[in-house]
Amino acid sequence: MTAGLQGRNLTVVAGGRAILDAIDIDVAPGELTAVVGPNGAGKSTLLKTLAGDLIPRSGEVMLNGRPLAAWSQEERALQRAVLPQAPELAFAFRARDVVELGRYPHRKRATPGQDRDAIGGAMHATETSFLAGRDCKTLSGGEMHRTHYARVLAQIWSPLSEDRARVLLLDEPTASLDLFHQHAILAKARDIARQGAAVLAVLHDLNLAAAYADRMVVLADGRVEAAGVPRDVLTEGRVARVWRVDCSIAADEDGIVQVQVRPRRERALA
Amino acid sequence: MAVATDTFDPLSDPLQLRRQLILTGLGIALAIACLAAGAIGALDIPIWHVIAALAARCGIDLHIPVTALEDGALFSIRLPRVVLGIGVGATLGVSGAALQALFRNPLADPGLVGVSGGAACGAVGWIVLGASAPAWTHTAFAMPLAAFAAGVAATAGVYAIARSRTRTDIATLLLAGLAVNALTTAIVGYLTYLGTDTQLRALTFWLLGGLGGATWDQIWPVLLLMAAAGSGFAFLMRGYDLLALGEGAAGHLGLRVESVRRLTVVLTALGVGASVALTGIIGFVGLAAPHLVRLLGGASHRFVLPASALMGALLVVLADLFARIAVAPAELPVGVVTSALGAPFFIWLLRRRMGEASL
Repeated sequence: MTAGLQGRNLTVVAGGRAILDAIDIDVAPGELTAVVGPNGAGKSTLLKTLAGDLIPRSGEVMLNGRPLAAWSQEERALQRAVLPQAPELAFAFRARDVVELGRYPHRKRATPGQDRDAIGGAMHATETSFLAGRDCKTLSGGEMHRTHYARVLAQIWSPLSEDRARVLLLDEPTASLDLFHQHAILAKARDIARQGAAVLAVLHDLNLAAAYADRMVVLADGRVEAAGVPRDVLTEGRVARVWRVDCSIAADEDGIVQVQVRPRRERALA
Repeated sequence: MAVATDTFDPLSDPLQLRRQLILTGLGIALAIACLAAGAIGALDIPIWHVIAALAARCGIDLHIPVTALEDGALFSIRLPRVVLGIGVGATLGVSGAALQALFRNPLADPGLVGVSGGAACGAVGWIVLGASAPAWTHTAFAMPLAAFAAGVAATAGVYAIARSRTRTDIATLLLAGLAVNALTTAIVGYLTYLGTDTQLRALTFWLLGGLGGATWDQIWPVLLLMAAAGSGFAFLMRGYDLLALGEGAAGHLGLRVESVRRLTVVLTALGVGASVALTGIIGFVGLAAPHLVRLLGGASHRFVLPASALMGALLVVLADLFARIAVAPAELPVGVVTSALGAPFFIWLLRRRMGEASL
């Protein structure tokens, strides 16, 4: 399986400043790609550009071998789902109704059984099944975020065809979650990638990224600072330079890289 | 941790059953309100006479003697009024629900956001200036269409002002509505200044909002336009659910947000324009009806839209009945009644939402 999502030479300018500066990125099917970087590096802008919400000044986004603009809105929705950083919801829908919205792109082709499998499966995977009948206004922030995660999973629950990889874009999916669910959600994202989807997640926590991502892309000042497997990308020198923290990096027995940041001691902000 | 309910069965979903019950209940309540509106008035007609007269028109003889006077009062005075009330109420209810979905804000209402004011401008413009228009334009559709055109302009204006990338906040929306309403009031004022004495009398009664004096000849074109708007909304219900996620997320799910937005503006202006053209501004029904049905049966628009239509119709028929009997033998304009009840309701909603600190 090839294709997935590619950004070529993406440049986004705002306020006279290049938020993204000629970025190349490849979100390959079968892999979970993590985008990391300090605040203001352009992570969310990159995700919005890849999602088609922002039109880059130059460069092109390719979805499964065709420019994004060549797909209709409906066709995009059939192969690509996006979880925003702060999903919103007006009105008091029930959790299951929200997840059901993810099936909208499939309304003309999916059977009721397929829809039910996707909704049930996505809610099971995000541990939101027990919330199904609850009014969303009564959910906690983390429960609400998981419900939206279930919605985007339901949207791309099963592959459409051999030559169109499913694409999942997650903007800081772990931000409002407890430890257990941070890991559960990334584990599920990696599962979906293993089944052939191209998954991109913007993450802040380097250790979470290192533990679940197949590839990491480090953004700094709108440029790709480094890209590759986590153990190559995360070096003490690079973390110190890009994030401005002292750290030590070690690999555990499974080869998973751990970044240990040293606390600051009476050192002014650089 | 509870067990996964992957076996969720939509057919036995308690909320779906409840929604069906609510819709049925609203339908029955509306039927009873209509019979009451037929029976009560200057000439009291026993309710079984109303039923018998209606049955007779359907070719069923219930062997209850209905006098010619009763039959006349029912079919040439009360029934057109009730039918118009149903049409206007349903249209306002659905339009309110649609505007709330579009703005992702439960405080939107055709009156508050300026649609009604814009439509009123068009209608008043026609009353005052229509006489100088070419003769072929003088049909029963002219005034509703003038109201519709001005209503589209007003709605599009409010939307352009109040729209933001995320959820439209209440303050901006209400201020945009305020601005547009100020403008339409000024235009109506100027047109009033231009009007002759006869035109002024027509204007005054009309601006207060009333169903009185409706005749079959007047109401059928308006009902036709309302039906057109209503059937258009039926195609948008699922899209409105998606819009609750925000325009960006709705787009990611394949919704053509721009089309839904345009269609909503046009349909709202068409329905509200038609209703304003004949009855003047009847405020707060579009705010209250969706609110009440959401409280009863949840937020899904496939329920909220039809239920708001029934609820809106019920509210207007009841308000009109009250307007007729409260100060009998005189009568109040129904717009006065709905505003007197609706304004406190609106204030209560506003206070409650300010408590949630999301204003």
